[in-house]
Amino acid sequence: MKLELCGVDCGYRDRTVLRGLSFTVSSSEIVCLLGPNGVGKTTLFKTVLGFLKLQGGKILADGEDVRTWSRKKYARTIGYVPQSHTPPFPFTVFDVVAMGRTAYLDAFASPSQKDLDIAEEALEALEITHLRDRIYTEISGGERQMVLIARALAQQPRLLVMDEPTSNLDFGNQMRVLAQIKRLAEKGMGIVMTSHFPDHAFLCASRVALLSREGFAIGPPDEILTEQSLRKVYGIDVKITTTEVGNGRTVRACVPVLQ
Amino acid sequence: MKETAERAPALSAARRPAFKAGRRRVGGAMAALAALLAALLLVSLTLGRYGIPVGQLLQIFFGKLTGAEPTWPATVERVLFSVRLPRILCAMMVGAALSGSGAAYQGIFKNPMVSPDILGASAGAGFGAALAILNNFNLLGIELTSFAFGLTAVLLTCGLSRSIGRRMNAVLVLVLTGMVVQSLFSAFTSVIKYEADPNNKLPEITFWLMGGLTSSTQTQVKMMLLPFFGGLTVLMLLRWKINILSFGEEEARALGVDTTRVRSALILSATLLTSASIAISGMIGWVGLIIPHLARLLVGPNYKTLIPASILLGASFLLGVDDIARTVMATEIPLGILTSIIGAPFFLYLLFQGRSTWE
Repeated sequence: MKLELCGVDCGYRDRTVLRGLSFTVSSSEIVCLLGPNGVGKTTLFKTVLGFLKLQGGKILADGEDVRTWSRKKYARTIGYVPQSHTPPFPFTVFDVVAMGRTAYLDAFASPSQKDLDIAEEALEALEITHLRDRIYTEISGGERQMVLIARALAQQPRLLVMDEPTSNLDFGNQMRVLAQIKRLAEKGMGIVMTSHFPDHAFLCASRVALLSREGFAIGPPDEILTEQSLRKVYGIDVKITTTEVGNGRTVRACVPVLQ
Repeated sequence: MKETAERAPALSAARRPAFKAGRRRVGGAMAALAALLAALLLVSLTLGRYGIPVGQLLQIFFGKLTGAEPTWPATVERVLFSVRLPRILCAMMVGAALSGSGAAYQGIFKNPMVSPDILGASAGAGFGAALAILNNFNLLGIELTSFAFGLTAVLLTCGLSRSIGRRMNAVLVLVLTGMVVQSLFSAFTSVIKYEADPNNKLPEITFWLMGGLTSSTQTQVKMMLLPFFGGLTVLMLLRWKINILSFGEEEARALGVDTTRVRSALILSATLLTSASIAISGMIGWVGLIIPHLARLLVGPNYKTLIPASILLGASFLLGVDDIARTVMATEIPLGILTSIIGAPFFLYLLFQGRSTWE
């Protein structure tokens, strides 16, 4: 599976936010979108998911133009994990995950036993079966995020689009979600995610798209996320350090310097 | 993803019992609701100024089915088939229609605080029907005009609330715009009343607005059948999708739902149900708001069971309240007044209970 953005322009009606953006996401890759607030990360997401009209360029999935796709075909190929939120009704976690099967159901059907089994598998894959009978609106933000990922897995897409999967989570939950995302990529899922933390890109991204008002840069995290580029994009001073984490592995991290 | 699929079955089999127990509980609640409706139906048939004992009742129905010679007085048969049965059927259909559409509206607008009344559908349909009565339309005419204006009101409410507040509290904005539309159409209805002839049209419209099933006839039952079964069929067929819609436009689309089409079909059906009810029974408030909440307490929020549960419970509720309306006092109590008297404190109770049927 390969999703290609070729010279994509996106924005709302008469306002174009991003111009000429091109990058690809393939299976097992994690592409992390970084950039200051209001630079157009969400707009780009909404365009990739087909919520907003493409203003220019092309989006191709394995060479096919996605604009011609039905919602069902879209959903079977690209899964969306929104920021954790609360729906108006107290659904059980299992009901929420089973809703991931919508794209496989006939117009008037509800999930069959097979669909429910797939939902169950999604819970097991994320090791959250203990949540299955809990009320979705009553569990913690970190748990809700996991449930939304499980729902997207039940959708069996080949690519996941994740909108700030670590937002509103405590430090431990952020890392658990990132570890899970990494595991999904290892199993073959292509992932596009946004984040506000360059560290998250260092931890798990295979490529980074750093968006700024002037333009964008795309490449491996080590090349794109430099002290200069971060200073330019976010307007703050940062130092990038490298730490040994055992077994000869090193991780980069970004340390802001406060004036 | 392959690996998870392979190791899954053993684990999920172990988890299944708890799940089955949950399903059984819901199944039990549904059976209880169906039994309640059946029992109420039987009791309602016997109740009334002209009491018909259960034995005679069964005898008549059995006799009718087998085509046996009548061994019962003709008056009993006339009371039963021309007066009581139509009224009971109307009560059940109106209750089911208002509750089913209320539950659907709550999901479609992802807002547990809406109902046919709050969205303005009732006020719109009420105005349409008053207009039709003023112009001497027949029953079909009343139904169609009330549907047209009910739909106009709903579309007005959701269109306005959309353009007003994308970033504001959506639940509140929808309820407030609904109130605006509601009062607008109530004002239109007042204009109609002002114009109406005080000797015949005005009392007709006023009594009808109070809400009641006093004048239910076989013709009314027939007129209600088509919109009732049509609307409910669509709600039943699309009921699982309402779950998805309650997560919001974008998520529903990302999950593979053609939201525009599904939502339009649901709004049309729910509004058809509401306006057809109002055309035959006048304004009967609160049913569409409290019954879905009560049903949610019984069977949970999943629309797969919530819609049928709301339908059954709504039919029982209105049938029971109508029984009270026609038997407790020497003169009839208008049904709409009773549902408000029961509904308002009950909804307050739900509010005090603490949001257990919504987030």
